[in-house]
Amino acid sequence: MIWNEHAECMNREQLVRLQSERLHSMINRLYYNVPFYRKKFQEQGIGADDIQSIDQLKYLPLTTKQDLRDNYPFGLFSVPQQEIIRLHASSGTTGKPTVGGYTRHDLEIWSEVVARSLYAAGVDHNDVVHVSYGYGLFTGGLGIHQGAQKIGATVIPASGGNTKKQLQIMHDFGSTVLACTPSYALYLADTMKEIGMDPSELKLRRGIFGAEPWTEEMRKEIENKLHLKALDIYGLTEIIGPGVAMECEHQNGLHVFEDHFIPEILDPQTLQPVPYGEIGELVFTTITKEGMPLLRYRTRDLTSMTIETCSCGRTTARLHKFMGRTDDMLIIRGVNVFPSQVESVLLEMSETEPHYQLIVDRMNNLDVLEILVEVNETFFSDEIRQLEALTHKIKANIESTLGISAKIKLVEPKTIERSEGKAKRVIDKRPH
Amino acid sequence: MLLQQLSLFLENKKGRLTEVTRVLSENGINIAAFSIADTADYGILRMIVDQTEIALIALKEQGFAVHTTQVVGFVIPNEPGNLYQALQHLDSIDIEIEYLYAFAHNGNAATVIKTNDNTLVAKILAEFGYQLLGQGSQLHS
Repeated sequence: MIWNEHAECMNREQLVRLQSERLHSMINRLYYNVPFYRKKFQEQGIGADDIQSIDQLKYLPLTTKQDLRDNYPFGLFSVPQQEIIRLHASSGTTGKPTVGGYTRHDLEIWSEVVARSLYAAGVDHNDVVHVSYGYGLFTGGLGIHQGAQKIGATVIPASGGNTKKQLQIMHDFGSTVLACTPSYALYLADTMKEIGMDPSELKLRRGIFGAEPWTEEMRKEIENKLHLKALDIYGLTEIIGPGVAMECEHQNGLHVFEDHFIPEILDPQTLQPVPYGEIGELVFTTITKEGMPLLRYRTRDLTSMTIETCSCGRTTARLHKFMGRTDDMLIIRGVNVFPSQVESVLLEMSETEPHYQLIVDRMNNLDVLEILVEVNETFFSDEIRQLEALTHKIKANIESTLGISAKIKLVEPKTIERSEGKAKRVIDKRPH
Repeated sequence: MLLQQLSLFLENKKGRLTEVTRVLSENGINIAAFSIADTADYGILRMIVDQTEIALIALKEQGFAVHTTQVVGFVIPNEPGNLYQALQHLDSIDIEIEYLYAFAHNGNAATVIKTNDNTLVAKILAEFGYQLLGQGSQLHS
C-alpha cells in the first residue's frame, strides 16, 4: 500500500528537480532568517541564490549536534516564535536536550510522512494502532499518533509503562498494530509469558518499531513471540521525529521520504560522499521544514544507501541496516572499521555466536587487529582440525567484510569482559 | 559398544586445567583417562570419567564449553605387536583415525580411539576378539 504514490514513486529526474527547487528556497530562508547559517554561508562566499541544484549540496556546510547545543534552545529556528505551535526535545544523555520546533505546516509534513510509513507497513483505516511510545517531549508517541490519525486508523494512546494493563487493553480493544521500541516489544512478550497470555489471544499483525537500533535476530525473536510482522521506522527529533524513513513490507531497507529529507552518506573521515552501497555517516537536509530547517545535519548513524526501485514500487532511496554510530568507528591501517561489521559476519555464520571483542594494537609501527570470538558447546568440536577450519572461515569472512586482515582467537564462553550487561567490544591499545 | 568422552575447550591460560579438576573433584568424579590436544591459543581436553552426565552438567554450570563425543575404547594385551595388529585391522577396512590415546587398565593397555566410523570400528574390533570398554565401573582397575 502506498499513501502518496506521486511523492513516493516519482522518477529520479523529477525527484531531483523537485529537491533542487526546494533546496534553493530552503537556502534562501536559512540565509535571511538564521544568523548561524548566514554567517557560515558568508564565510564560504555562498550567496542566498547560489544554490540551484542538489549537486551543489556537497559544497555546503555541515551541521553538527554541537551546533544545536551552541544555539540552544531556539537559535536555529527560522520563523518568529508565534509561528511555532509545538516543541519537542530528545533527552540529552550528554549535554543539553536537542530541541525541535514545529510550525503548523511542519506538523502536517510530519503526519504525512508517518501516514506514508504506516501504509508502507500495510496499516490502514481498518487497523487499531496501539501506541506504546512515550507521549511527551519525546517525538515517538505523538509522532505515530498524528500519522495514525491521518490515515483514519483507531488510535490507542497507551504511552509507555504499566505493561500488564497495556496487554489487557490490547486484548480487550483488539489492537492490530503495536508501535513501540523493539526492546519494549520484547518486554511485552516476556510479560505475556509471565501472566500466561498466548499471542494468539491478541489480534496484533504489525509492529512499528524504532527509536533504537535492533538486529535481524531481534526482529525474528519479536515476530515469533508476538506473532506479527516487525518493521523498522527511523527518525530523529532534529529532522522531524519518527517517519524520516520506514521499511516497507518487503523488509528490504528503509525508504527515505526524499521529497522532504535529502539523505547523503559521507565518509566520516573525509566527509566526502561515498558511492551507493558503501557504509558511511548518514546526513540529512530538510527541504520543506519551516520551524527548524537543518542543512546537512550529521546524524552520526552509520548505514549504506541504494536508489534502486524497491519491489514495492517505491523509487525513493533506501537505507540499509544501521551499523552503529560514528562514535564506535575505528581506523585500522587507514581503513574504517565498525565493530558491528564483525557482529554481522558472526551472525551470518551458523556456527558462531555474536560474542566478540576487537583488540587493536600497534606493533613495529603497524596496526594489528585481533578478534576474540567466544566458542560455545554447540559449535565447538573435539577435533582441532575442525576448530582450525572454523577459525579460517571466520578469518576469511571478516577479511572480505572489513577489507583488512585480522587474527582470530577462539576463547572460552563468557570470558569477554561485560559491563552493565553489554560486552565491551573494543580495546584499543595503540598509543594515542 | 561406544564410550562417552567429555571434550572441553580450554584457552591457554594459567589455572584453567586446575579449575576443571577442581570442579570434577568437588563433584566426586573420577577421571579414568585424559589427553590434551594443544594449539598456540587453545587446547582440547578429552576425558573419560566415571559419571559423564554429572561431570557434563557440573562443567557447563561453571561456564565451560564442553560436550560429549562418542569414541571407542578397547583393551590391548600388554605384549609387543598388539597395537600394530589392531591398527592393521582398521587400515584394512579403510578407517581414518582422528585421534587416539591410551591408559593403563588391569595391567593391560586400554586405548581410546576416535575415527570416521566408530560403530564400524567397534564391530570389527569385537569380531577380532578385543574387549570393548563401556561406561561405568569397569573402567576402574
